[in-house]
Amino acid sequence: MEAGEQRHGRLWMWLDRRIGLKELEKLAQKKQIPVHRHSIWYYLGGMTLFLFIIQVSTGILLLLYYRPSAEEAFESVQFLMAEVQFGWLIRSIHSWAANLMIFTLFVHLFSVLLLKAYRPPREVTWFSGMALLGLAMGFGFTGYLLPWNELAYFATKVGTEITSAVPGIGRFAGRLLRGGDEVTGATLTRFYGIHVAILPAAAMALLGLHLYLVQRHGMSVPPAVEGEGAAPRTMPFVPNFLLRDVVGWLSALAILAALAAFFPAELGRKADPFLPAPAGIKPEWYFMFMFQTLKYLPSHILGIEGEVAGILGFGLGGLFLLLVPILDRRTAQGRPGRLFTWIGIGIILYMVLFTVLGYMASATK
Amino acid sequence: MTEHVLEPDENRRGFINWLLGTSAVAFVLSVFYPVASYLVPPTVGESTAGTVTLPIKPDDVKANTGQIFKFGSRPGILIRTSGGDLRAFSAVCTHLNCTVQYRSDLSQIWCACHNGHYDLNGKNVAGPPPRPLDTFVVNVRGTQIVVSKSA
Repeated sequence: MEAGEQRHGRLWMWLDRRIGLKELEKLAQKKQIPVHRHSIWYYLGGMTLFLFIIQVSTGILLLLYYRPSAEEAFESVQFLMAEVQFGWLIRSIHSWAANLMIFTLFVHLFSVLLLKAYRPPREVTWFSGMALLGLAMGFGFTGYLLPWNELAYFATKVGTEITSAVPGIGRFAGRLLRGGDEVTGATLTRFYGIHVAILPAAAMALLGLHLYLVQRHGMSVPPAVEGEGAAPRTMPFVPNFLLRDVVGWLSALAILAALAAFFPAELGRKADPFLPAPAGIKPEWYFMFMFQTLKYLPSHILGIEGEVAGILGFGLGGLFLLLVPILDRRTAQGRPGRLFTWIGIGIILYMVLFTVLGYMASATK
Repeated sequence: MTEHVLEPDENRRGFINWLLGTSAVAFVLSVFYPVASYLVPPTVGESTAGTVTLPIKPDDVKANTGQIFKFGSRPGILIRTSGGDLRAFSAVCTHLNCTVQYRSDLSQIWCACHNGHYDLNGKNVAGPPPRPLDTFVVNVRGTQIVVSKSA
C-alpha cells in the first residue's frame, strides 16, 4: 500500500492519478508568508478577492430579475426590492460589497506603494494590479447606471462627457461608450453588456495573471524589514495564514450583512431626460476627489478649458502611478528611496482631503 | 534523390513565411474590422426641427420662474424674468452636459452638477462652464409660445 493511500483514502488516490492532486498539495505546503511588523497588509489583497467573489455571486443572482432597457430597468429593480424575497438583501450586498471592494483595493494599492512591493521582479504584478483597479472603477461606473434612476442618469451624462472632452479621440470614445450622441436606452444596454460580460471576462484574465505572479514571486518583504539583517520568520500559508484570512472574510461578511440590513441600497426616482439635474448630485465616493477638483477649476487654465486641463491632469497622474516601478530607480537598485514614499503619502492626503471637502461642501452655494 | 535537395532553400522559406505572415494579418483584419465597425453606433439623424411650439401657455409661466421643455431630443429652458420677458435657452450645461434649472432665489440659471451659474442672458457668470448657453428666439402668438433656433 502506498504511503499516500494511508493519509488520503482511495478517492483522493484515484483523483491524484488522474489530475495530479499531489503536486497541488506540495505547492500549497511550500507557500510561506513572512512574519514581521507590516504583515497585516498582506491580508488586503485576499480581502479584495473575497469581496470580488461576493460581487460575482450576487451579480449572477441579480441578473435573474434585471431587465436591461430604459423602459423596464427601473421597474425591474423596484420589483426586485419590493416583491422578490430577499431581493433587497442581494442588491444591498452587491452595492455595499462594491464600495468595500474599491476601498480595500485602494488600501491594498497604497500599502504596496508605501512598502515598495512593486520593486523588481514584481513590476508586472503592479501593472496588472493597476489594470484591475481600472476595471474595478469601470465596474462601478457602468453598474451605477443600471437601475436607471435620476442620480445614475446624470452621473453617466457627466462621466461620458468627461470622456468626450479628452482631446483627440474623446468625441469618438464618448460616442462609442454611450452607443450614440446622448445617454439613452442604448447607453443602458451597452453598459449592461460591459458590466456583466466584457469587464468580468477581462477581470478573470487579469486576476489570473495577478494571482499567478503573486504565487510565482511569493510575498515581498519591505526593504525596511530586509535592511534589519536577519531574515524574517515565516508562517505556512496552509493552514495558518489561510485560516487568518478566513477570519477576516467572515468578519467582512458580517459587516456586509449588517450594512445591507441597516442601510439598504436606495433606488430614488426614475431617470427623466427632461428634468433638471437634482441639487446635491454626487458621484460614487471613489470618484469624489476628482469631482470636487473639477468643481474648483476655473473655466479656463492657460487657454484650455478647465475640465480638459483637469482630465489631462488626472490622466497624467494615473499614468505616473502606473509607471512607479519604472520611475523609482533608487528602490529598484536597492537603495533607500524616500521620494516615492512622500509622493505616495501626498497622493493619499490629496485624495482624502478632496473627498472630505466634497462631502462637506454645500450643494447649492 | 540527392542530399542537397533536403537543404532548406532560404528564398523559398522566406517566401512561405511572408505568405503565412500576410495571411495571418489579413485574417486578423478580416475578423476585427467587422467587429470594430459593429461597436461604433450608427448615426441617427439629428432632429432637424428648428422650431417648436411649446405645450405651455404664456400665462402659466409666472414671473421669476423657469420650466424645462423638449426641443427635439434635447431639453430647453423657458424663463419669465421678474420684468415679465420670456426667454429660452438650451438647458444643456456647456460644462459637462447636465440639465440646468432656474433658481428663483438668485434669479439665475444654475447647474446642480458642478455649481455652474448663468445670468438671464445665458452668459456663464460663475463656476466651471466655459461658454454661454445657446439662446433660442421666443415668439408669443396668441396663447401659443413658439421657440426657434436663432439664425
